[in-house]
Amino acid sequence: MDNDLTDEERQLVTWLADMNEDDALPLANRMLLEGKKNPMRVLELCRAAMDIVGKRFEEGEYFLPELVLAGEMLDTIGAVAKPLIKQGEGGEAVKLGKILIGTVHGDLHDIGKNIVSFMLDINGFEVRDIGIDVPVKTFIQEINDFKPDVVGLSGFLTLAFDSMKETIDAFEKEGIRNNFKVMIGGGQIDETVRVYTGADAFGVNAVEAVNLCKIWMEAA
Amino acid sequence: MMAMENLDPTPPVSGMHLLAEPSLAAKAAYDKRWQRIMDCVALKQSDRMPVALFTTFWLAKYGGISIRDNMYDYEKVADIMERACLEFEPDITTPVMENASIGNVLEATGFKQLQWPGHGVGDNQPYQYLDREYMMAHEYDDFLLDPTGFFLGKYLPRVAGAFEGLEPLASLSGNMYYGISFASILFCLPQVQEALGKLAMAGGAVANHMNKTGGLVQRLRCLGFPYGFGAFSGAPYDVVADYMRGAKGMMTDLYRHKEKLEEVFDKVRKLVIRQTIAMAKMNGNPLVFIPLHWAPDAFMSQKQFEKFWWPSFRQFMLDLIDADLIPVPMWEADCTKRLEVIKDIPAGKCIYWFERTDMVKAFEVLGDVVALRGNISASALTTGTPEDVDKEVRRLGDQVWNKGGSLILDAAFGIPDESSIENVRAMFSAARKYAG
Repeated sequence: MDNDLTDEERQLVTWLADMNEDDALPLANRMLLEGKKNPMRVLELCRAAMDIVGKRFEEGEYFLPELVLAGEMLDTIGAVAKPLIKQGEGGEAVKLGKILIGTVHGDLHDIGKNIVSFMLDINGFEVRDIGIDVPVKTFIQEINDFKPDVVGLSGFLTLAFDSMKETIDAFEKEGIRNNFKVMIGGGQIDETVRVYTGADAFGVNAVEAVNLCKIWMEAA
Repeated sequence: MMAMENLDPTPPVSGMHLLAEPSLAAKAAYDKRWQRIMDCVALKQSDRMPVALFTTFWLAKYGGISIRDNMYDYEKVADIMERACLEFEPDITTPVMENASIGNVLEATGFKQLQWPGHGVGDNQPYQYLDREYMMAHEYDDFLLDPTGFFLGKYLPRVAGAFEGLEPLASLSGNMYYGISFASILFCLPQVQEALGKLAMAGGAVANHMNKTGGLVQRLRCLGFPYGFGAFSGAPYDVVADYMRGAKGMMTDLYRHKEKLEEVFDKVRKLVIRQTIAMAKMNGNPLVFIPLHWAPDAFMSQKQFEKFWWPSFRQFMLDLIDADLIPVPMWEADCTKRLEVIKDIPAGKCIYWFERTDMVKAFEVLGDVVALRGNISASALTTGTPEDVDKEVRRLGDQVWNKGGSLILDAAFGIPDESSIENVRAMFSAARKYAG
């Protein structure tokens, strides 16, 4: 994409990727509202900037503050751009795969889950985030409706170990366990917990979650 | 520990004086246990590796009561605590009355930052912190100008219902000369009077709680067991991030309001240190427990850590040390990349408790600077077998204590609520098997 960019477009991508919110947001607004630029094009530029953010996160240059700020900048620009998109224009890009994610029942934590959702989204996955304290029954309903390739179970508290196990056991009972991969993550999760819960894999951060999904989608 | 300033003047530990003094044998046992901890702090080894019994709601499981009962029924919890101490013979015990039996105190003050059994979560679920923006970004200046006014006018009513109505008092510091006499009219306002009435009731509940705590401390002392901590505190960055700005607010402030943060952390440090020192002195126990939430490797870059997080916390620990107190920071999650930075503290003055940082690595880097505490994994204790726990204790015994390390054995984050009793037994017996 880089070669096709105008100077102004390149500037927006750079400012967004460098966390220069004070300059990036007014520029995006000018492009959308005064320059009458195609909103789909502005969102593509945002996507390009988020790719850089994601890479910097993977390389250990960026951490949670940058992902959170990037997410907020993206939301702010999206809120201006999306109402300007004419019906039938653009269309969604092809997604790498479908990921359903939620925090298991008994646990209300969502920061880690939200970061994982964000990173999966900017890496091209279609993500359905079903929130926190999600009952087993809800997971099953959502899975039957969304038909995900991967289910991500999040939990920060130690009580989440049992909730994850219960949730995965319920997938078995429903006969849907083999339809998707299951990954788990959260503060205390390690290999011992993965074995206990019956998940396919665990990750200690959002990059690992993305990599797991990519590997599984390539293998599929 | 709850702040006692401005509350009911009932002496907080009056119940203590009614209890028996420890026998000579109990006193000797107490002194020996306490000395093991103090030897660790001084980077010396005593006769054996000390072991801590630190819990949140695990005592409920051990004693066969619900977590809700654990939160509200002081007498039951005190009995269970005594039983656990007699079984496990820990060198330092959990401050159960401050961290897991606070239902009446939270209820009395209408505390809003937590959900607990009976208030928002089920009877057998632990409490959960509600991460919100309790102070808006544009309020930093109000806080810096007049923290007490900001607390009375904005913050306290947001976090605890009993303080709702005190907002007019936020203007007190703007009065002068005999205008101060006129300012007393604020106390006639019905909303202020109502709030003061509620707070007097709440203060009574807190005083009752603290009397019970004093009773338990003395009861354990009579059995030879040192009690938990003298004070509970927080790192300046974490206090702002957790309890004021919320996670998202704080993370974005690193960019949006970075020019204010140093001053804010400095102000928070000075306010919190004053209260922390007063609490520890009042309780006559130098150990200050400081759970750390935002230090982990994965949460911010090393540069951000060194600029925003560490300087105010380092100064905070130095302040505690100057007051003859012993900081016990609990470094949550994995802080391996921070080890070289956090080494910069006077030797023999602190206990660093690590959750998921590799303790062997921590020993290599910090062994001649601080005592260590931790870190049997939550996963082994909750989902593993006694053999798994034994193996982890053995590793730490062999690779840290038996190599001269000043290690206080504990679970990574205290005993997880769901741990089997057999696994906890395995932790204590393995400690004695492999390290004295």
